Amino acid sequence: MDAIILQILNGLDKGSAYALIALGLTLIFGTLGVVNFAHGALFMIGAFCAVTLSRILTISHTVIDETKTDFLGNPLKVDVPYLYDIFGQATGDVIIDWAVPISILFAIPVMVGIGFAMERGLIKHFYKRPHADQILVTFGLAIVLQEIIKYFYGANPIPTPAPDAFRGSFDFGAMLGFDPNTIIYPYWRLVYFAFAAVIIGAVFAFLQFTTFGMVVRAGMADRETVGLLGINIDKRFTIMFGIAAAVAGLAGVMYTPINSPNYHMGMDFLVLSFVVVVVGGMGSLSGAVLAGFLLGILESFASMAIVLETLPGINQIIIYLVAIIILLTRPRGLMGRKGVMED
Amino acid sequence: MGILEVKNVGKRFGGLQALGDVNLSIAENSVHAIIGPNGAGKSTLLNCLVGKLIPDTGSVMFDGQSVLGRKPYEINQMGISRVFQTPEIFADLSVMENMMIPCFAKRDGAFQLNAISSIPSQRDMIERAEHMLEDMNMADKREMHAGSLSRGDKRRLEIGMCLSQEPRLLLLDEPTAGMARADTNNTIDLLKQISEDRDITIAIIEHDMHVVFSLAERITVLAQGTPLVEDTPDNIKGNPKVREAYLGETQDAA
Amino acid sequence: MGLNKKDVTLLIIVAILCLFAPFILNPFPEGSAMAQFNAGYPDLMQRLVIFGIFAIGFNILFGLTGYLSFGHAAFLGVGSYAAIWMMKLLTMNVIPAIIISVLVAGLFSLLVGWISLRRSGIYFSILTLAFAQMSYSLAYSVLTPITGGETGLQPKVNDPRILDGALAAGETPRANLFGLQMNESYEMAVGGWVFTFNAGYYMAAVVMLIAFYISIRIFRSPFGMMLRAVKSNQQRLNYTGLNAKPYTLAAFVISGMYAGLAGGLLVAMDTQVGAERMFWTASGEVVLMTILGGAGTLIGPVLGAGFIKYMENIVSKINKSILEQWFAFMPDGIEDLLITLVYPFIGKGWHLTLGILFMLVVIFLPGGLVEGGQRVGRLFKRKKPADDKPDGRTTPAE
Repeated sequence: MDAIILQILNGLDKGSAYALIALGLTLIFGTLGVVNFAHGALFMIGAFCAVTLSRILTISHTVIDETKTDFLGNPLKVDVPYLYDIFGQATGDVIIDWAVPISILFAIPVMVGIGFAMERGLIKHFYKRPHADQILVTFGLAIVLQEIIKYFYGANPIPTPAPDAFRGSFDFGAMLGFDPNTIIYPYWRLVYFAFAAVIIGAVFAFLQFTTFGMVVRAGMADRETVGLLGINIDKRFTIMFGIAAAVAGLAGVMYTPINSPNYHMGMDFLVLSFVVVVVGGMGSLSGAVLAGFLLGILESFASMAIVLETLPGINQIIIYLVAIIILLTRPRGLMGRKGVMED
Repeated sequence: MGILEVKNVGKRFGGLQALGDVNLSIAENSVHAIIGPNGAGKSTLLNCLVGKLIPDTGSVMFDGQSVLGRKPYEINQMGISRVFQTPEIFADLSVMENMMIPCFAKRDGAFQLNAISSIPSQRDMIERAEHMLEDMNMADKREMHAGSLSRGDKRRLEIGMCLSQEPRLLLLDEPTAGMARADTNNTIDLLKQISEDRDITIAIIEHDMHVVFSLAERITVLAQGTPLVEDTPDNIKGNPKVREAYLGETQDAA
Repeated sequence: MGLNKKDVTLLIIVAILCLFAPFILNPFPEGSAMAQFNAGYPDLMQRLVIFGIFAIGFNILFGLTGYLSFGHAAFLGVGSYAAIWMMKLLTMNVIPAIIISVLVAGLFSLLVGWISLRRSGIYFSILTLAFAQMSYSLAYSVLTPITGGETGLQPKVNDPRILDGALAAGETPRANLFGLQMNESYEMAVGGWVFTFNAGYYMAAVVMLIAFYISIRIFRSPFGMMLRAVKSNQQRLNYTGLNAKPYTLAAFVISGMYAGLAGGLLVAMDTQVGAERMFWTASGEVVLMTILGGAGTLIGPVLGAGFIKYMENIVSKINKSILEQWFAFMPDGIEDLLITLVYPFIGKGWHLTLGILFMLVVIFLPGGLVEGGQRVGRLFKRKKPADDKPDGRTTPAE
């Protein structure tokens, strides 16, 4: 039992990331009818927003500390972040420590801006072109974006720690009444899951309870009719694209303490997120979320030693295997509507 | 015994009974029109005949063989060709190529891995396609991109493609929908000529009464998923039931 | 040969280019500042023609039927593994290795295609991607006994090689064609130039010409016409009594065999293989080559493969000091500005350049370099009627 709970927990953080990326992908597909291969790059850019902000926060100037000397006996030069000058050292340290969560505020406008620019500047011109062209141009864009990031940040992963308060792990098993040390779980992963749940909830609530969301949902169901009603769907879809970009970006921001970001992380997640979208059902929001968590958890179950003993290597391919089976037996996916991209 | 025998065919979509209990017999070498108001189930019926839909009940026999459960290409190979409401042609290919493809389909069947012989070496196929293009008065357009043809020419090409397969039954789904009067009349003349010159049965679904009464030898009126009446055009015109259900309200619109 | 005059001309041009590639690719004299941009060395020339084969095959699927596979590198990889096992078990002669690589890749693509082609459009792309990633992961992990995992495979001295005699002491196994070693080269010095004629390159080039010839035959055959019909209108195809599935499957298997052939040739040239060859970026690369050159055209994929591999070689060799030399004649401020602007796109920035180039092509020139060439050609001779036979790529109607 404890092993099962542990694997479910282990699957949650990856599942959360899959779900968030897939949510944006399917939102874009459902509203704009576009298959966006550059969505993984948005996730990656989000992660680098966190890197950027933590670098900005630690921009320093050098001061000479007369009270201390270095090993040559000269007065010691120390780098003092400008933040110390503004907020004092204690507050400054806290802000630097909390760089990753603070990056959320920084990433939202950046990601929405990038999303708008992408939709208006590029994707807009591909609505009427075949899906293959959409795949190709966004694939090209993904390469360009990741190479730009590589140019500025280098090819190596950049460690970006979580705030001190969330470093380390806790004994989740003991809390549930199992033997101690059976279910050890890092704090940040729990934070990530909770964060993902909040974002997913917010997106659903937004679509469910606002007029804007209602129009978008109607547009997803039947674009032409809504267009005929004289509602400017295009503008709303642009905003939707911005939101999808922000969701992917935030997923990336918060993922940095789990995996140090590198320039190709987007592509690694994109391939799997596509599989998630397909399994969940193209254009189905709840399907994307469900499939994201399901596949994340399935993946972590497949990595259990006992499973690997009987089916070696299954953890590497389980997601693809599930996708192939789903596509062949139920092409519309778990929650897909009948007739949407079924062939 | 007609060439196409539809017996007790019913089809339901969720709560909607699209086809109730359709019985229809189309005599060989006749021109048979199926008319009815919007939503009467004409397109559903047609789709059941060509394998796009499988009816829930009943049977469809073509020349003594059941078509149910067969794929569209298999039904086509049995001898049923279909003309679509908006012309379905190979828009990216030349007119000549459009015409050659059905010729190959007729000769080689549903699949033939003919990857090494070159097209120019297929003299008989080229002759056949050229002959059909002449019949359709399109010989001068043979090198044109099919996608750049006019609407009327696309329709001619599509009909020609179907004929080059020498089908025994030609199904037409509102072949003149959206056409100008002149194009409509041309299409009527073309179909008339086809039915006179060839051993072919034509079944036509049509809204335009002008087309129906110019062509059809027998007419089936479909209403709410069931055949209301089947008769000759003259009797249909005089039938009060039909007037009431259909003609009275749409004559002007058509 | 069963080709029309235009196609024969095309084939002859390609043959001449292949024959004289060692000259064409080595325009700069040895020892000159530009000599480092010469591309006429065996390794690169071999890659040019081998990836040409890969792209020609991919084009038979994507260019004709419009089915966009994102997993073709898997067939290339499988072909490579098959070839290396032939070299380990049977003989270092490349012929059996190449034959088996084509066969094994063909069988594997039959399996993958049979399943993937149950779907079309984006689903097909994702299915092929999933299969390729699965093959890659398996090659890296469970299948290590067959694939060598992370280290990959190479012929070893003590492999059985039942058809070859024992190696002399200290001799390493080398790929050969009935005794002619693939890495054997003849160097010809003319004035300041040195031209290298490599046995492996010429063998690969001959194979590429054969592959190109077969692709022309396929394009011009009734089968090729059916494939274009699949791309144009599947609905009409079905209602014309034709079964699209075996046609697309045949195209898929043929293009898989081409990929296997390319994989086998890669092994024949440098006798080693690793799983990274199957990674999905490698699948992406062949897509880039085909589109960049011109999908659906005969010569496009060859051009695309050549262009990308050649530019990769050139651009990634440019570094800052070379830029400084080039812009040295300018005033300092402008020089610095230009260097700053250009620097991200050269050297390690080659992929950025490639990505931008690719996007520009997809946006503005969907027919690729071939369409670009045609447009330029049309500018020069306005009189020529613009209704070229639609054998090239045309924007599909949706």
